[in-house]
Amino acid sequence: MLLEAAGHAPWHPAAREAFSGLVDQGWADPRRLSAEGRRARLLLEAARESLAAGLGARTDEVRLTASHTQSLHAAVRGVVRGRRRSGATVLASAVERAAVLAAGRFAGELETVAVDAFGRVDAAAMAARLAGQGSTGQEAAGQGGVALAALQHANGEVGTVQPVEEVGAAARDAGVPLLVDAGSSLGHVPAPSTWDLLAANPGDWGGPSGVGVLAVRPRVRWSPDWPEDEDEWFPGGVSVPAAFAAAAALDAALADRRESEVRRRRQVARIRARVAAEVPDVDVVGDPEDRLPHVVTFSCLYVDGEALTSALDREGFAVASGSACTSGAEEPSHVLAAMGALTHGNVRLALHRSVTDEDVERFCDVLPGVVARVRDLLGAQGL
Amino acid sequence: MNAPGPGGVVDARGLRCPIPVLRLAKAAAGAADGAEIEVWATDPAAEPDIRAWARMRGHTFLGAAPLEATKHDDDGDHRAAVVVKVRVSRST
Repeated sequence: MLLEAAGHAPWHPAAREAFSGLVDQGWADPRRLSAEGRRARLLLEAARESLAAGLGARTDEVRLTASHTQSLHAAVRGVVRGRRRSGATVLASAVERAAVLAAGRFAGELETVAVDAFGRVDAAAMAARLAGQGSTGQEAAGQGGVALAALQHANGEVGTVQPVEEVGAAARDAGVPLLVDAGSSLGHVPAPSTWDLLAANPGDWGGPSGVGVLAVRPRVRWSPDWPEDEDEWFPGGVSVPAAFAAAAALDAALADRRESEVRRRRQVARIRARVAAEVPDVDVVGDPEDRLPHVVTFSCLYVDGEALTSALDREGFAVASGSACTSGAEEPSHVLAAMGALTHGNVRLALHRSVTDEDVERFCDVLPGVVARVRDLLGAQGL
Repeated sequence: MNAPGPGGVVDARGLRCPIPVLRLAKAAAGAADGAEIEVWATDPAAEPDIRAWARMRGHTFLGAAPLEATKHDDDGDHRAAVVVKVRVSRST
């Protein structure tokens, strides 16, 4: 049973249907002037229009990309280059997606803003830095001008919603563009309304992988730091069938979004309550209320994350983990570390829309025994 | 970092999470109230995890610093090591 759908949810049936249709209709190069090319171009435009509606953007603001990572990289690199006279600092929360932080270090000078124990950024500190008062500490790069501010709509690892409105107001006052990563939230909760650049991830709402969405307000000054192309933001263009399927999936996800949100919010609250009550020495992380409806994360003391995910997999549950001991990563999750949460023994769930209440109960029934067995293997009883 | 308190030192260099925290917990179980324990570790997860462990168990996190070069042994493990210090509390 798949309980970790973040960024790669099972395809929504509407995406499958749209994609199949487009294999015959939309295979051609939309740049060509042939009848086939024109048809592909019309389908691509329809996809952009539909995605724009879902994002709360104008159609001409929407760019299609090859992946969410590519969207974030291009947003950071393009704005840093375009605003190089204003400064080189990329001011980001400490819990932004790794692609944002890596692009900030690559293209400019990354400066991160601390988060609280729920993983929520210190909005006052971020606003103060934008207004040019004082350093935020952490990965500080001095007091250079800020080229770009980056704040996610909500954190995809722990679910906490970020104060985008407050930081957006400060960015607007300072004349600094704000990149909002909605890669974990769009399709699950209403789209954020405050942004200059907005990135969303079709794979997360049941669309195909191999396509991403980046909306850019016309007022944003940017310049490509890559070779010029007819598609200046994303050279080479995108897969028309993938883009069309992404739009169809978002349409379908938004059609019953509220129902799906209410159901998954209840399931997440149930998991958080049962895990806290039934698993000893567990740290259930993220804001208990102001959070994404479908993400749950907890860390178990004295547990090897890899052993735990493997044991759950043997029980039939696919879960993710932010522990360094999982997936061979050297570093533990920067999100868990920044919020002071336990990084080992971590389990991360992102419930897709087909998860049932019975699935949730079965997982909660099995988990305490699995944790106890993994702890016993390490000789951690009685500590 | 000052001299270690009466709780002593846990050398967890070369060990991956969650073993450094587990070794610390075992040392803390046999330590007196107020004892200070140092953990030497190379795992990047050790510092955040020891901080979280202290919070969850009511102990006091005293700080972390790079381990002095003189404390390196000669087994060829040259990864950056840290020393993390906690004070044990028996009252909670």
